[in-house]
Amino acid sequence: MRITVDGEPHDVPPGRTIAGVLIASGRSSWRTTRAGERPRGVFCGIGVCFDCLVVVNGVPDVRACQRYPEDGDAVRTQHGAELPT
Amino acid sequence: MRVVVVGGGPAGLAAADAAVRAGAEVVLVDSEPWLGGQYHRGTPQHADSRVRHLASSTVWAFEGLRLHVRSGPADSPHRTPHVLDADAVVLATGAHDRVVPFPGWDLPGVYTAGAAQALAKGQGVAVGRRVVVSGTGPFLLPVAESLVRVGARVVEVLEANAFGAWARYPGALANVSKLGELARYATVLGRHRIPVRGRAAVIAAHGDDRVTGVTVARLRPDWSVVDGTRRRIAVDAVCVGHGFTPRLELAVGFGCRLVGGFVAVDGTGATSVPGVYAAGEVTGIGGADLAAAEGAVAGAAAARAPEPPTRALRAVRRGRRFAEALAAAHPVREGRHGWLTPDTLVCRCEEVTLHDLDAALDLGAADVRTIKLASRAGLGLCQGRTCGLEIADLAAARLGHPLPDADAFHRRPLATPLRLGELADAPLLPEEDL
Ligand SMILES: Cc1cc2nc3c(=O)[nH]c(=O)nc-3n(C[C@H](O)[C@H](O)[C@H](O)COP(=O)(O)OP(=O)(O)OC[C@H]3O[C@@H](n4cnc5c(N)ncnc54)[C@H](O)[C@@H]3O)c2cc1C
Ligand code: FES
Repeated sequence: MRITVDGEPHDVPPGRTIAGVLIASGRSSWRTTRAGERPRGVFCGIGVCFDCLVVVNGVPDVRACQRYPEDGDAVRTQHGAELPT
Repeated sequence: MRVVVVGGGPAGLAAADAAVRAGAEVVLVDSEPWLGGQYHRGTPQHADSRVRHLASSTVWAFEGLRLHVRSGPADSPHRTPHVLDADAVVLATGAHDRVVPFPGWDLPGVYTAGAAQALAKGQGVAVGRRVVVSGTGPFLLPVAESLVRVGARVVEVLEANAFGAWARYPGALANVSKLGELARYATVLGRHRIPVRGRAAVIAAHGDDRVTGVTVARLRPDWSVVDGTRRRIAVDAVCVGHGFTPRLELAVGFGCRLVGGFVAVDGTGATSVPGVYAAGEVTGIGGADLAAAEGAVAGAAAARAPEPPTRALRAVRRGRRFAEALAAAHPVREGRHGWLTPDTLVCRCEEVTLHDLDAALDLGAADVRTIKLASRAGLGLCQGRTCGLEIADLAAARLGHPLPDADAFHRRPLATPLRLGELADAPLLPEEDL
């Protein structure tokens, strides 16, 4: 299975979340906060803290630690509060 | 007779099996694609084949014993709605890590201990190359062991209370299998010469856009820092855990009575609300074996089994003594408030600093509702799940009295997030009535 993250292709082994893919590729952040534009990545890892948000196929506010990607998903960094495109 | 079990961890699985064996029709709802909850990550579990398992499904609200569920990929706008009517509900929603704040805890590269564990155990991913593990409680050991197993170098494990203190409490010996498990982790850490230090902690994390180092210090028994013991160490990840917080939104929504921050249950797992049972870490933190035993008891009771499961009841009694030893040996102490600086974030989502919280208290805020409105703490994306307990403790310490409505941080009418479009087209009746 393959997805793109900010345009870069990534192979996804079975059973890996988007957060797992990103951390395994060496990234620790992929979102900025609304007020301070602070970088954020995974914190709780189990869907509780909402730090790990990404935009998946144009839909923002997807928890990367909870989402198992599908082949061809286009994932990108989320900047602050975004609206669906 | 239909029993709906919410949560497919050790507690929910055992509850579903016990209820189905007692003759009930059972639906098991869990938000993960695979059963097993937090403990069995990476080794999927199976329920009795008569249990109807709704996978990748979250319960987001309920009315009476009618549950509203969405099934499908997490946070997707295209999930399938279900409405389930139950004669009895078993809440087995588990817990998440508690983390006490410190300067820099919002930097990327700072993870909860559970996050590191879930990524290592469930997905074979190491959160960093040079990692420090810090916090309190025996959970730090399996986390360090899992990190080693996936190739991380664990530089130190820091326990803020006395290391292994729980083992000195009488109830600790009640759980022999847990002791063996912990001894195995300790052996692995010894083999890799990983220092495990008591009365020490990560008190700050440093870095610009990610963690590059931490300050570690020795602590007094009240967790205040011993002067002259601060050391800087270079790491690319920090894993912190100070015990667990129950996932209470459904229980609080149902109106279940809480005791000491957990759902109050009687000997059968019944809560204060008729037809609503609870089992596992929502009722107290005691590990997977206790959660499973409680699940077996609550599932049988929810299905009105004629005979109580005596073996499970005995395991519950043993497990609770172990849990009491854990809680007594690994409290969080007030000296931790001294680690904070005015610009430390206390609420990560709304980016509220300690200074902002103090300003709200100076304005006269003295209860959760007013503190939220005056400072915005707890009003963000996570709805106070991460910061609620700590804000309540911090405010109480500064005001000199507990907040009258400290449990208000658990009140979330929508138990899990929903897109507005989903809310707009949510069916109101169960499938058979549509
Ligand atoms: C991240 C993490 C990792 C852990 N790893 C270990 C470990 O390796 N070893 C160990 O001994 N202990 C571990 N623990 C401690 C663990 O909590 C217990 O040992 C045990 O798993 C508790 O069982 P439980 O059935 O009460 O809850 P859990 O196992 O937490 O199961 C609860 C389940 O309910 C689901 N759920 C919650 N809310 C909803 C909802 N609204 N709708 C649908 N489903 C919902 C959750 O997704 C989860 O699958 C971990 C805890 C955490 C938080
Ligand atoms: S890391 Fe907390 S929700 Fe994903």
